[in-house]
Amino acid sequence: MTETVRIALPDLVLPTGRLLPVLRAPHPVLTSPVPRVDPTDPAIVQLAADLLTTMASAPGCVGLAANQVGIAAHVFSLDVTEHPKTHTSHGKCVLVNAELVEASRNERGREGCMSVPDFTGDVKRATRVVVRGALPGTGQIVTITTDAFEARALQHELDHLIGLLFLDRVAGAHAVHPRRTYL
Amino acid sequence: MNELAVTVLGHDRPGIIADVTSALAELGGNLEDSSMTLLRGHFAMTLVVDVPVSSDVVEKRLAHLVERGLRVSVLPLPADDVVAAEGAGFILSVHGADRPGIVSALTGVIASVGGNITDLTTRLAGGLYVLIAEVALPADVDLLALNEQIADTAATLGVGANLRPADSELL
Repeated sequence: MTETVRIALPDLVLPTGRLLPVLRAPHPVLTSPVPRVDPTDPAIVQLAADLLTTMASAPGCVGLAANQVGIAAHVFSLDVTEHPKTHTSHGKCVLVNAELVEASRNERGREGCMSVPDFTGDVKRATRVVVRGALPGTGQIVTITTDAFEARALQHELDHLIGLLFLDRVAGAHAVHPRRTYL
Repeated sequence: MNELAVTVLGHDRPGIIADVTSALAELGGNLEDSSMTLLRGHFAMTLVVDVPVSSDVVEKRLAHLVERGLRVSVLPLPADDVVAAEGAGFILSVHGADRPGIVSALTGVIASVGGNITDLTTRLAGGLYVLIAEVALPADVDLLALNEQIADTAATLGVGANLRPADSELL
């Protein structure tokens, strides 16, 4: 296995996070696009901390979008550090109003989701991406250039924020599977 | 040779596929297309087999399975009855709260424009109903209008639906 390449983003200064319940499909907030928000708004900074805490509490969870905890705001958290399919990793991060700038080299892979706990699905995603977004608190714009599993996880979270689940991207009639283990 | 459709349904246990296929092999049968799966824990097998014997002979050879609680049917397939799926490939995803009528309403929309469903699976777990269909659409279909019709039908049912081109990479 290749070694993980770790790239550090600027440190986040966040309040103590709270553990929030994760919504499961079907739920309307999971299928509606969320609005952009002010990354310096204290409520958004608290949400960033809450997403990190909630994500860390679920074994195997590598990303969480705000609408998965019932909040319609363009924010997600991500941490693929421990995942075996990770190549490049930016560690624990939260992005606000993020957008996909570049995507290339599609590959099929299996995805799970805390909001769809009973299924996994085979989804084709770009394995090289560039994503730009704001950090919560400072509002500093950062650009993430990444690959492999972090690229997949970023696209999965960005999909949540436009109201799409992996079920909307699966490759065919036999690409949805009953879930046995999470991710 | 006779082309036969064989279906086997019933309570699952280890060895059903081995039993059925070894019986067909003993009769000189050659398995063509098949689908063998569990549907809510029930074993379900549908296959097309090319055999040098009649459907009655196959039925008799599989009779021991009926005695063991499985439901078996053997039907001759007319040789000239094959229609190739034509048109551009699309995938329809539907997911939402379970209720009667989701499959009929959305497949009805596809049928109304002459679309042919070439594969479809549905799954229900934890209150979430998921339908994924592979669809062949005629080349002259108005995709914008079809997408609108699918969205309207899905909204009436309170589910989400999404039709997109299927990937077909030729290597």
